[in-house]
Formats: sequence, structure tokens, C-alpha cells
Amino acid sequence: MNFRGAKRWLLLGIALAILASYFSPQFNRYYLGVVIDVGIAIILATSLNLINGHTGQFSLGHAGFMAIGGYFSAWISLSVGESIQAFWYFPLSLCAGGVLAAAVGWLVGVPSLRLRGDYLAIVTLGFGEIIRVIAQNTEAVGAASGLKGIPKLTTLGWAFGFAVITVYAIATLVNSTYGRAFIAVHDDEIAAASHGVNTTRTKVVAFVTGAFFAGIAGGLYAHHKQFLSPTGFDWVKSIDIVVMVILGGMGRTGGVIAAAILLTLMPEFLREFSEYRMIIYSLLIILLMLLRPEGLFSFKTQRRSKS
Amino acid sequence: MDWFLQQAINGLGLGAIYALIALGYTMVYGVLRFINFAHSDVLMLGAFTALYVAPQIEKVAGAESPVGCVMVFVVAAAVCACIGMLIERLAYRPLRNRPKLAVLITAIGVSLLIEYTAQNEKVFGSAPQPFPKLLSDYEINLGNLVVSSNDILTVGVTIVLLVAMWWIVQKTRVGTAMRAVSYNQQAAALMGVPVDKIISFTFGLGSALAAIAGVLYAMKAPGIEPLMGVQPGLRAFVAAVLGGIGNLPGAVLGGFLLGLLETFAGGIPGLSNYRDAIAFGILILILLLKPAGLLGRSTIEKV
Repeated sequence: MNFRGAKRWLLLGIALAILASYFSPQFNRYYLGVVIDVGIAIILATSLNLINGHTGQFSLGHAGFMAIGGYFSAWISLSVGESIQAFWYFPLSLCAGGVLAAAVGWLVGVPSLRLRGDYLAIVTLGFGEIIRVIAQNTEAVGAASGLKGIPKLTTLGWAFGFAVITVYAIATLVNSTYGRAFIAVHDDEIAAASHGVNTTRTKVVAFVTGAFFAGIAGGLYAHHKQFLSPTGFDWVKSIDIVVMVILGGMGRTGGVIAAAILLTLMPEFLREFSEYRMIIYSLLIILLMLLRPEGLFSFKTQRRSKS
Repeated sequence: MDWFLQQAINGLGLGAIYALIALGYTMVYGVLRFINFAHSDVLMLGAFTALYVAPQIEKVAGAESPVGCVMVFVVAAAVCACIGMLIERLAYRPLRNRPKLAVLITAIGVSLLIEYTAQNEKVFGSAPQPFPKLLSDYEINLGNLVVSSNDILTVGVTIVLLVAMWWIVQKTRVGTAMRAVSYNQQAAALMGVPVDKIISFTFGLGSALAAIAGVLYAMKAPGIEPLMGVQPGLRAFVAAVLGGIGNLPGAVLGGFLLGLLETFAGGIPGLSNYRDAIAFGILILILLLKPAGLLGRSTIEKV
């Protein structure tokens, strides 16, 4: 994908999102809900792609950051009262959730990004689970029974507006001179370090940015489903997002977006076979890794290969 | 003081199970350098195998007889050893030379596949099922302390199996080959070690240990269900890393420590809800402070 005209796509995407949200009251509510799910999935997958794909640091705790953003912005919405009606309230509360998620991401990232490979995966998985256990035991956010009655603020426009901004921000970040460091760290950490790239800082920046957007996605999710339950953010949710990234091909923005759309729509199509749905899903993961480890949507010749 | 000792006894019983599971994790990690996420599901399959064969064996050997009990353990271990080798052959062997993360994701996929297949109503169903009594359970009173015969059995089995594993790895030809594969797979292959067979054998051994742990766990638990392996599996994994992954005595030490910690944390009101968080918190601390674990040796990465 060529991002030289990325700004054009950004403007086009936002215009489309506003246009779509203008017409959205006329859509079928069920389809509207599914389409908003797709928008949230795109944000999650693209942000994880920055960590797992572009930077090559394997994180299994993305659902934890989503939970932080979701719970925090929902908690704000439930406590502010009247000012919730203001137009600027919603994006601000989403950003607050994102900033908190990013802050936690920084706290998690600074010590744990020294680890590599499967150890990093386990540590991030552990952090995700710790966040879930804390949510499960905090009375202020409903503890185990979940947080109910969150106002419905997520519209098609907001979901896709933020999706477009996420894709744009991450694509331009990676393609900037600064962002080349991510790819350098992905390709060969030792070589990158010896060329003067501050590898730890690069990894932490990727991690924090990813966590920020995951927090925003969590906020959108909270105000879309109007209900948050700690069990919804367990590590299987993180795996879902990881599968989107792998299916799309690590580090391929277009492929990851396509995979996010496909994997969100697939359960809706498989509704009739719901008891076999997860079996098919897990088989898909295994077969994908055996047959097409480079991702389903990567048809271009390998730009870079990872040993 | 009594409370303290009682918790310690309960903790040892639980820790023995974690230690057995951790042994399997560690052995597989030792030869293949990857975390077998499906290990906890093999444990569940072991418990379900026992559930289905126990009534048949009871007909032959009589109810709650020691001979029957041993037979149940042997059958469960044999079935799971075959399942473990099958998983290795079908899912992991084709990925032998791929990046580690590809194998890790496949392992997660295998784990999810087993869990969701087992949860299907036509297989085991997701509702908990009562586990048959394999041995008559009696309690020994020592002053104010109560020791369950199950706990003694669990600790005894764990120690016997640890010694057996140590003997296999250190004293037999297969064990020498396992250590060679663990040290340098290519060099071992060049020296004529049948690497595939050794890896397959290790998987079989690890899965048999998981099955035995599963049956022991099921004897303590009120009922068994397809997700029963997840929690002990995660804790045992933490135990394996805590003791130094790839290190057999370390895994057992880590398992006992985790078991003790869990019972003590569970006995303190307010902390019991955070048991999972505590286990993971310890794991993270260990990885950050002493990544090689308590008994592990740190390795230097060569460029």
C-alpha cells in the first residue's frame, strides 16, 4: 500500500464516516451494530499491528489495555452527569481512556520489553490477566457482575472516524523517518542497536502508542455495548486480536484491516453453526500457521523476511 | 500455629499436582524451547479418560481397589501419551524450523481446539461431571491437624515420578539423547541421535505426566469439566518458570512453592480473589529480576 497520499485517504475516510453516520438512523439496527464492531476491530487490529507486526514485539495483553480504556471512559460517563450531552464530551472521554491505557502501557512496557519472544508474550498475557482480575474485584466498576447502564454514545461516525485516524496515525508513524526504527527493530534488534537506534525506547513508543489506541477502542466498545464484563477481556480476546494481525500478515496495514473486517463478520455468517464456530476458528489458526504463516492477505513479494 | 501447619499440609498436596504438571512443561521446553500451551488440555483429557475407563476397570478389579486405581492411572497416562505424540506429529513437527512465535500461536490454536471440541455437547459437554471415587479417602488426625490420604498419595506419586524422570534423563540412553537434543539439536542429529523420535518420546512422557496430574487433580476436585486444566495449567507454567524452565528439580520446587503460596493467600480474607493476579505477579517479577528462574542457569545470547 502506498501511503504517500495518506492524507487524502484520511480526509476521504473521515468524510465518508460523517456521511455514513448522517444516514445511519435509517440502517437496520443489527447491521449497524455489526458495522460498528468492525470499526472497533479495525482500531484494535491496527494498533496491535504496530506492536506485533511492525516492531515485532509479541504482545498477548491487548485486551487488557482495551479493558482499561473501556472501564475508565465508561466510569467517567457514569459520573459526570449532564455534560455528557456536549459534542466534545465523547472524544475527550475516549482520549482520557486512551491516555490511561497508554500510561499503564508505559508502566508495563518499560520493564517487560527487555524480554524477548515467548517470554514477552507470557508477561504481557500475565499483565492482561492481572488487569482483568483487578476489574473483577473493584466495586467502583461493578466487580464481577460487570458495569451496566453505560450511555450509548458510539455512533457509526465516531467508530469509523477513530478507525480512520488510527490507521492514518500508525501508517504515517511507521513510514516516517522516526518510524523506520520500528521496522529496524523488527528486522534485527542487534543490527538496529549498533546503528544507533535506541531499541528499548522504540519498543516502548510502539507499545504505548498501541495501548493508547486500544484504550480508545475499549471506550468505543463500552459505549457501544453499554455493558462491560471482566470476562469479556480475558486472554482469548487478546488472541482474537492477535489472529487478526497474523491473518492479515504481520506489519501489513491493508491486510490487517481486511482480516479485522473478515474475522468480525465471520461469526455473524456462522451464526447457524454457532456450536462449531469456535472449533472452526481454532482449526483456522492452526491451518493458517501451517500453510500460510505469512498471512492470508499478503500477495506481494516479501519485502522483508524474518529469520 | 495449627492453622499455619494445616495450610502448609494443604499447600503441599496442591503443590504436588502443580509440580507434576510443571515437570511436563519443563521437559518439553527442555528439548524444543517452546511453551506447550496444549499441556493443560492434555491434563483435562487425562481426567476424562479416567472418568470413562474407571467404571470398566471397576468391573474387573472391584470398587476402590488399589490395583484398579493403578490401572486407571496407567490407562490415562498411555492414552494421553499417544495424544501428546499425535499433537506433536501433526501440529508442531511441520513447524520445527519456523520462527518460535509461529509455533507458540499454533500451540494456542491446538489448546483452543481441544477446549472447544471438548465443550461441544456431543463430546464432553461444558457442564461439570462428578468424578468416580478411585480409592477410599480417609483422613488421618495428627493432634489438631487433618491429613487427607489423597494428599499423601499425591505427594508420594510426585516424588516417585520426579525421581523416575531424573533417572530417565540422567541415567538412560534415551535421557542422554534428550539432553543432547536439548543442548544442540543439529549436532545431536549429526551424532546419529534420532531427533524426531526423541522429541516424540519427550512429548509422550510429558503428556503422561499431565494425565497423571489430571487424574490426581480430578480426585480432589468436586467435578471435572473441559476447562478444568486452564487454571492449574497456568499456575504450573508459572511454577516451571519460577524454578527455571528446562530444569526438573526446579519445576518441582516451583510447583510446591506455588501450591503453598496459593493456600496461604486463599486463607487470608481479601487476598483470595486475587490469587491469579498474585501468581502472575510473581511470574512477572521472576522474569524481570531473575529470568533464568530459581535453579536455572542464565545463558548468554551469542550474535
